[in-house]
Amino acid sequence: MTAAGLTALAPYIVLTGGATLMLLAVSFVRRGPVSLALTLAVLVGTLASTGLVAGVGAQDLDGFLLVDGYAHFFNALFIIAALATAVLTYGYVDRRAAQREEFYILLLTATLGAMTMAAAAHFGAFLLGMEILSISLYAMIAYPDRGRPPLEAAIKYLVLSGVASTTILFGMALVYGDTGSMVFAEALAGDGVLSRFGQGMILAGLAFKLSLVPFHMWTPDVYQGAPAPVTGFVATVSKGAVAALLLRYVATTDVLSHEALFFGLSLIAIVSMIAGNVLALLQDNLKRLLAYSSIAHMGYLLIAVLAVASAAGPQMAAETGMVYVVGYFAMTLAAFGVMTVLSADEDVEDLAGYEGLFWRRPLLAAVLTAAALSLAGIPLTVGFIAKFYLFAAGVEGSLWLLVWALVVGSAIGVYYYLRIVFSMTRQMEAGDEASPPWWGPATIAVLGVAIVIMGVYPTPLIDAAREAIRAFGG
Amino acid sequence: MNILALILVMLGAGVVAGLSERFHPAAPKWISLATFIVTLAWVAAFIGGDAYANQYIPWIPRFGINIVLSMDGLSQLLVALTLFLGIVAVVSSWTEIKERPGFFQFNILWVMAGVVGVFTALDLFLFFFFWEVMLIPMYFLIAIWGHEDKAYASMKFFLFTQISGLLMLFAILALVYVNYAATGNITFNYYDLLDADLGGDIGFYLMLGFFVAFVVKLPGVPFHTWLPDAHTQAPTAGSVILAGILLKTGAYGLIRFVVPLFPEASADFAVWAMFLGALSILYGGFMAYSQSDFKRLVAYSSVAHMGFVLLGVFAFYEAAGVLVINDLAVQGAVVTMIAHGFSTAALFMMAGALQERLHTREMSNMGGLWTRAPRMGAVTMFFVVASVGMPGLGNFVGEFLVLVGAFKANVPLTVAGALGVVVAAVYGLYLMQRSFQGTPNPEVASMRDFGLREMSVMALMMAGLIWIGIHPQELLDMSAPVVDTLWQVAP
Repeated sequence: MTAAGLTALAPYIVLTGGATLMLLAVSFVRRGPVSLALTLAVLVGTLASTGLVAGVGAQDLDGFLLVDGYAHFFNALFIIAALATAVLTYGYVDRRAAQREEFYILLLTATLGAMTMAAAAHFGAFLLGMEILSISLYAMIAYPDRGRPPLEAAIKYLVLSGVASTTILFGMALVYGDTGSMVFAEALAGDGVLSRFGQGMILAGLAFKLSLVPFHMWTPDVYQGAPAPVTGFVATVSKGAVAALLLRYVATTDVLSHEALFFGLSLIAIVSMIAGNVLALLQDNLKRLLAYSSIAHMGYLLIAVLAVASAAGPQMAAETGMVYVVGYFAMTLAAFGVMTVLSADEDVEDLAGYEGLFWRRPLLAAVLTAAALSLAGIPLTVGFIAKFYLFAAGVEGSLWLLVWALVVGSAIGVYYYLRIVFSMTRQMEAGDEASPPWWGPATIAVLGVAIVIMGVYPTPLIDAAREAIRAFGG
Repeated sequence: MNILALILVMLGAGVVAGLSERFHPAAPKWISLATFIVTLAWVAAFIGGDAYANQYIPWIPRFGINIVLSMDGLSQLLVALTLFLGIVAVVSSWTEIKERPGFFQFNILWVMAGVVGVFTALDLFLFFFFWEVMLIPMYFLIAIWGHEDKAYASMKFFLFTQISGLLMLFAILALVYVNYAATGNITFNYYDLLDADLGGDIGFYLMLGFFVAFVVKLPGVPFHTWLPDAHTQAPTAGSVILAGILLKTGAYGLIRFVVPLFPEASADFAVWAMFLGALSILYGGFMAYSQSDFKRLVAYSSVAHMGFVLLGVFAFYEAAGVLVINDLAVQGAVVTMIAHGFSTAALFMMAGALQERLHTREMSNMGGLWTRAPRMGAVTMFFVVASVGMPGLGNFVGEFLVLVGAFKANVPLTVAGALGVVVAAVYGLYLMQRSFQGTPNPEVASMRDFGLREMSVMALMMAGLIWIGIHPQELLDMSAPVVDTLWQVAP
């Protein structure tokens, strides 16, 4: 490893060091504010070092990790999401758990896992990142020790996620057996029967992690059982990391040139878009509604993945995927953020709990409206830009069937996103409740502003994504 | 003039009006009224000049998307109508809205800003952007301040327009990429896309994508079912805006985008479009006749009137072996748009005034109101006969031109459309008879007549209709250059 390679690893080193430091610190000082301050400091430090090393250029670390602009782009996104989650959890977790300090350590390790996945170029890094992330998430989901639902959700996630991980592992073994390599670019060039079968198993495992139909069964239950800010984190960072890995995985290899795999993934995408949206129509629980909506959104995202092997090409596909994931992060975090801030002792999950929010808490209602409209893909919000990109990639790649599914899915989706907005406009009388502490609404306001600014003037975001993947796929 | 500044002023005024509620509950409506008066004066000062106030600002260079705004004669007319009806909308809801007046005026100003954007945008992405911007505030107007069935009506309105909007977005992108494949140049600019070569089936399907989106908004049969619900359930200002302005965005889209972008496909499709137009005229008329709800009747009459627009815009006729644009009929469609904006806005304002006074929209609960409120009776009479198409008033000029033009294109459909004028007379007089004439309803003991506030806006709208009816030439001169460019584009 060269000095430049070590420099490129700086964000990972800062984050790992920070997490270790926090482990030591909680042995001496068990105080919430200190833990939060340390966590924020570590995350800000990681973010700053990501910015600093972005100039070093792409570094191939022994074929294990490829720390390039693409990885930095996603890393920055994961860190920002972790920052938002850390702030939102403050004051939330201590109402539900005896000790809150370890939660922040888990948050840091989960972020580390996600960052590893974003840079993975080797089956080893892939598995390592995925497991660091998943194991941290099991504990984060089960963290509140007052009440059963979190524990139930965690067990469910543990078992099913474990099955997915072993499926991926078995797939890797088959591919390795056929090609004798674990580096993406070489291992996935194999086109023997064993290789194809292994590649299919890896894709199936990833589809589970992205909660695509028919591997989506865990999603609504885990979303519902997990504490609201953790649900937001699972919905964004854990899926974003898998999406980042999947995009790189298909863009640097020609896995999708195999017709059966392309066809299978297309089918999964279409079914996810339609089924996710249709099932979301039936929900009265906001967490479950957002769970089904996320199934549909991951189906949309597959259009970007499939565009790699179409006339649109890997460059356009990666760009689309990156913009889409950024938009998805902003709107999902905002939606779960509002839920977190509103939830005092028990999570406010039923749509009925949001009635009259416009008159009780105008700021939160405005941000939740922005998030819902953004998820529906309506202009002025980043969700529209993201959906526009998918349309563009789909049309450019002549993926007509997928684009039609996108139209139909979005059309169905409008109804239930609008239901959220409508329930907030009902009942005009204002209630008098205790105001939440300032940092929660402040974080949410930032997310809301981000949704609108990126929706009205997306050029900086687009430029950043294009800059990050200048040397991508080629 | 600076169109972008105009739109930003309206958006900004919306925010200010929304916040001003804290200081005084009456502040928002005054701010809103002042904004519409000032912006209308601003646009009026510009009208008549030769310049189109072109603006060009880079926006998303990645996709060749720019902020391209321009105001030719057609846009000037429609923007002026928009801002004027903004005043009408604010005045008509002056005493109606008691809850959340700040957010109400915010929504009114944002809808109108979106509409001004729709009428001036010449970049297809920007157009679609504004097309959707006007949708959400309108949804809030119906969903929050609407009447008893507002949840259903607002959802239906949103779903119809949003889903058809998705079709249009799809069509826009496909158009852009067809052009990209041919020229290697990715652009959403209207003028660049006018030159796009769209032969064969693809042009036809893309045209249909735009057509459906605009006909839903217009609305034409069979995509009209959202309209009676939305208009009836909306608060008065919402109905005024919906009928007066939002329907015109559909008509505008047909004239500005469908025909010029897809001249050949439009000509191929013309007979079907005219058929839908004639069907809307007759169906809307018959449905209007069978209503017992004042607002619903006026809503269905809008379907009929907008049928004339559809009939006129697509009245291609054959000259020297090729199908050409029918300038007379298109001019008639433009006049119908403006005149219908006045007459229907006034009738919805009347419906709102009656509901505020009587707490009902059922005509069976009215009757003999003329004796209680003679000024309201006279005003209603005026706008009913205008809407029916009496010569000397604006609507007559529009419908007459459409029918004269369409006669050259298709005689049976024109005859069907002309029959619609007869039906209009029936439902118009029926409305008048059941609400204002006949034996006075004993339950209506007294009713406050129109005051100076209401009479002054009504007088302005009457003056507008009389002016268009007696001297339509100035209006025709303004829209003529636009219609002429359509002519050049035609095959």
